[in-house]
Amino acid sequence: MSKLLNVSPSPHVAGSYSVQKIMYGVVFALMPTLAASVYFFGFGAIIVTLVSVISCVLFEFLIQKYILKSEVKIYDGSAVLTGLILAFNLPSNLPVWIIILGAFFAIAVGKMSFGGLGQNVFNPAIAGRVFLLISFPVQMTSWPKPMGFATKYVDAITGATPLGKMKEGIMNSQSVSDIMMQLPSQIDNFLGYMGGSMGEVSAIALLLGFAYMLLRKIITWHIPVTIFATVFVFQGVLNIVDSATYAPPVFHLLTGGLMLGAIFMATDMVTSPMTHKGMVIYSIGIGVITVLIRNFGAYPEGISFAILIMNAIVPIINKYAKPKRFGEVINNG
Amino acid sequence: MGLRTFKKGGVHPDENKFSANAPIQSADIPKQVSIPLGQHIGAPANAIVQKGDTVKVGQLIAEPNGFVSANIHSSVSGTVNKIDTVIDASGFKRPAVIIDVEGDEWLENIDRSADIIADVKLSKEEIVEKIKSSGIVGLGGATFPSHIKLTPPPGKKAEVLLINGVECEPYLTADHRIMLEKGEETVIGVSILMKGAGVSKAYIGIENNKPDAIAHLKNICKKYKGIEVVPLKVQYPQGGEKQLIDAVIRREVPSGALPIEVGAVVQNVGTAFAVYEAVQKNKPLFERVVTVTGKKLEKPSNFLVRIGTSTQQLIDAAGGLPQDTGKVVSGGPMMGKALSMLDIPVTKGSSGVLIFSESESKRRKMEPCIRCGKCVGVCPMGLEPYLLANQTEQKMWEQLETDSVMDCIECGSCMYTCPADRPLLDFIRLGKGTVGKIMRSRN
Amino acid sequence: MSITVIYTIVSLSALGVVAAVILYFVAQKFKVEEDPRIDEVEGMLPGANCGGCGFPGCRSFAENMVKANDISDMNCPVADSQTMAAIGHYLGFEVSAQDPKIAVIKCNGTCSNRNKTNNYDGASSCAIASSLYAGDTGCSFGCLGHGDCVDVCNFDAIYIDETTGLPVVNDNCVACGACIIACPKGIIELRKKGPKDRRIFVSCINKDKGAVAKKACNVACIGCMKCAKVCPFEAITIDNNLAYIDYNKCKLCRKCVSECPTNAIVEVNFVPKKQKEEIIAETEKPENS
Repeated sequence: MSKLLNVSPSPHVAGSYSVQKIMYGVVFALMPTLAASVYFFGFGAIIVTLVSVISCVLFEFLIQKYILKSEVKIYDGSAVLTGLILAFNLPSNLPVWIIILGAFFAIAVGKMSFGGLGQNVFNPAIAGRVFLLISFPVQMTSWPKPMGFATKYVDAITGATPLGKMKEGIMNSQSVSDIMMQLPSQIDNFLGYMGGSMGEVSAIALLLGFAYMLLRKIITWHIPVTIFATVFVFQGVLNIVDSATYAPPVFHLLTGGLMLGAIFMATDMVTSPMTHKGMVIYSIGIGVITVLIRNFGAYPEGISFAILIMNAIVPIINKYAKPKRFGEVINNG
Repeated sequence: MGLRTFKKGGVHPDENKFSANAPIQSADIPKQVSIPLGQHIGAPANAIVQKGDTVKVGQLIAEPNGFVSANIHSSVSGTVNKIDTVIDASGFKRPAVIIDVEGDEWLENIDRSADIIADVKLSKEEIVEKIKSSGIVGLGGATFPSHIKLTPPPGKKAEVLLINGVECEPYLTADHRIMLEKGEETVIGVSILMKGAGVSKAYIGIENNKPDAIAHLKNICKKYKGIEVVPLKVQYPQGGEKQLIDAVIRREVPSGALPIEVGAVVQNVGTAFAVYEAVQKNKPLFERVVTVTGKKLEKPSNFLVRIGTSTQQLIDAAGGLPQDTGKVVSGGPMMGKALSMLDIPVTKGSSGVLIFSESESKRRKMEPCIRCGKCVGVCPMGLEPYLLANQTEQKMWEQLETDSVMDCIECGSCMYTCPADRPLLDFIRLGKGTVGKIMRSRN
Repeated sequence: MSITVIYTIVSLSALGVVAAVILYFVAQKFKVEEDPRIDEVEGMLPGANCGGCGFPGCRSFAENMVKANDISDMNCPVADSQTMAAIGHYLGFEVSAQDPKIAVIKCNGTCSNRNKTNNYDGASSCAIASSLYAGDTGCSFGCLGHGDCVDVCNFDAIYIDETTGLPVVNDNCVACGACIIACPKGIIELRKKGPKDRRIFVSCINKDKGAVAKKACNVACIGCMKCAKVCPFEAITIDNNLAYIDYNKCKLCRKCVSECPTNAIVEVNFVPKKQKEEIIAETEKPENS
């Protein structure tokens, strides 16, 4: 025989998953959201997305090639994904240099400083977003009104998000029902016709992406559904206790970054727990912290902080939330 | 939908059962056979023939050496050429009896007629003794001597017999063909095993990608009391003992225990057929059905092969080795052993020979772990493969033990599913081996 | 304003004092009486923490030395004989100087000497490959070349040569023995470093019969006994078709080296004999060059 046989331990077949397929699968799942943000925010959305994605990939390339001097792996799609999610967390009129700064923080500090893909503790996109939010609170919280292609990139007409208005109204001791009158209807919230970060406005587009990822088995239902349920229940209880100060749960589900965060950011594989049990614990934590920040904190929005806080706890969750072993002896106590 | 399967994890690889419609055909008797003395789990048998002895088909040539061991019979008639070492599937030299074939003369007491004998005359003890003397081992691949399973340790009682007809490994079709072509014999074999194990209930678990086998056996089972065919959802590794017990009778074998702990005895359909032949036809185990298959192979086939036949000969009979062959596997694609050379004898445990092309056989390049947790999700034993592999790399043997590495059944689901193509099972197997050694040295 | 500052200083100082008092009593309560010599001995040791002495770490070694009644069979392979003598002197023992040792690779099955019979495609680890099968060559005893020995070496003393595919030991070796434990094939042995770093050893561990071994590898020991016969010091024994040179008996006469028909016996750091120059250059590994 001329050619030598390959020998390896079993198994000798491999499934069809690959890191690249998963990453681009998520990117594909984000496409409806991208379409929705372009529809609502016009050219600004395109500019912000392009700048964010390109600079994330570029920073990853530069760091891998010149600083770590390791293999360049920008084709695995993880940097593209980070760029996309970061962009979706930004207002569509954000100046280019701030976006680049955010991308740099996300990739260099949030990801590569931990050792690259798979090693990072915090979701890089959220790290970048929170960094920008704290550093540039004004630019980061002036959201253009959704006016389609009439929305200008520079000097857009801006306004607060429904969540922001809600918070402000409650601070001024208006009742929830009064504030709700001035806000877009729940249907508008569902479709996305409201102010906010580019990717967070359209719940329906995000849910489409969720359905796609479930279908392709990229993620399981545990994290998003548990977050929704936790927010719904916790906010519902608050709402029942005092409906004048606490908004109805559906309002909180549909506004702000909750959908985006729960479906695309909390489910980031690297920074979420490994077991289903762990995922549920993690998601309940995110839901509770989000509701706490939104109702009792200084910021109108809290999902990013909630995810970051829970990211930090993931190693502990992984340590204690073990899967139930097959044939585990149960009756030892 | 609504079909039973085991409750934890599992994967569903492409089935690729190319040889499912190829009837079992007898492979040519080779000019020389090398019958390894260690074809079963446990100590290799002791040869009782010498160089120059003439042997007949079915003649005992080696006796058990220790409790867990099995008889070995000659698969051919001829003269013992030598008792030497041959290279086995793992490349090491192992003792074997090498016999030059002359004719095909069987021992006189073997019933070679095709008549089906349904009436079981032997008593429980006689059955177990017959199975033992016929050298029957688990033909699913684990090659555990069958008579030991039928004699439970004191204090344990078998309640139910499970027959493994799931053939969950992709590609393989040997059991499928046996059920189709030797259905009646297999079911009689099951009833013999029931008598041998002293149980009144038996289930034959078959995955529903074999509807013809399910229908055929269901039909036959109407005639036999206490035997029921259970169709199962296609899910790997359903053929694992613990998984099969979970799927069919919903009992969970405790960690570290044997199936008898929950009153179950598991046997393969191939074994049931061999038991039929041994008990009713007086024919010891010296041949078995081997699937020879592969995407590029000309004639994927199921052969009835004499033990000791060279793998090379089987591949030639199935149309020869395709040009771009990259890997030849003995056994199934998930748990089989890659061969380093082709001149390796078929043993009692060889269920198949798979031919993979170069592109199918090369492992993909390893990427960093993205902590997706898919390995945890598919592990049928509820383990955390990523963690076990890591701990092995870090040589953290104590943690490995507390994280139940010994429960691993080495099914390969974790590695199959890993998107980063990490060699999880390679490391876990090493960790399991090392921890096993440490545990044994403790007492 | 000034009052606030004073309050702060006073309260902080008070806190400090209270904490100090508590700490003092706690330290007294939990004080562990330890032989001060342990610290001293540990200080004298090189502190490589390699485990080469057989104890888990230098501290444990120091503890055991201090406790022991006789330290003659305790040796730190990293320390030179002077250090061990100094420690012995400190503890009041006579320490005989141990011969310095070095790890040698008893396999010379380079890519050219030993043909591949298959391609290994599993995880790159000798332990995994060896538990899977015999190896990717015809020799089931020899080096697998995945570098488990390199991974465990704390001293950068061993590396895999790219062209030969075999590990090479350099002068950093302190004979801690980590590689010997790591090697699943057991091809590494600690041998006497020898005068002027000169040593002779059988660079093969193939126990197959001569013909089989020779077929698998050009430089395999075929157990022909020639070396044993030619050795004037009875230093060579043949067991299971494999020659072994006892380094305590070997006087480095090099008779066996020229006698060996397969060049399985390797000499290191000798001035090459003229007529054998070419063959030696071919087979000798660049050890301690």
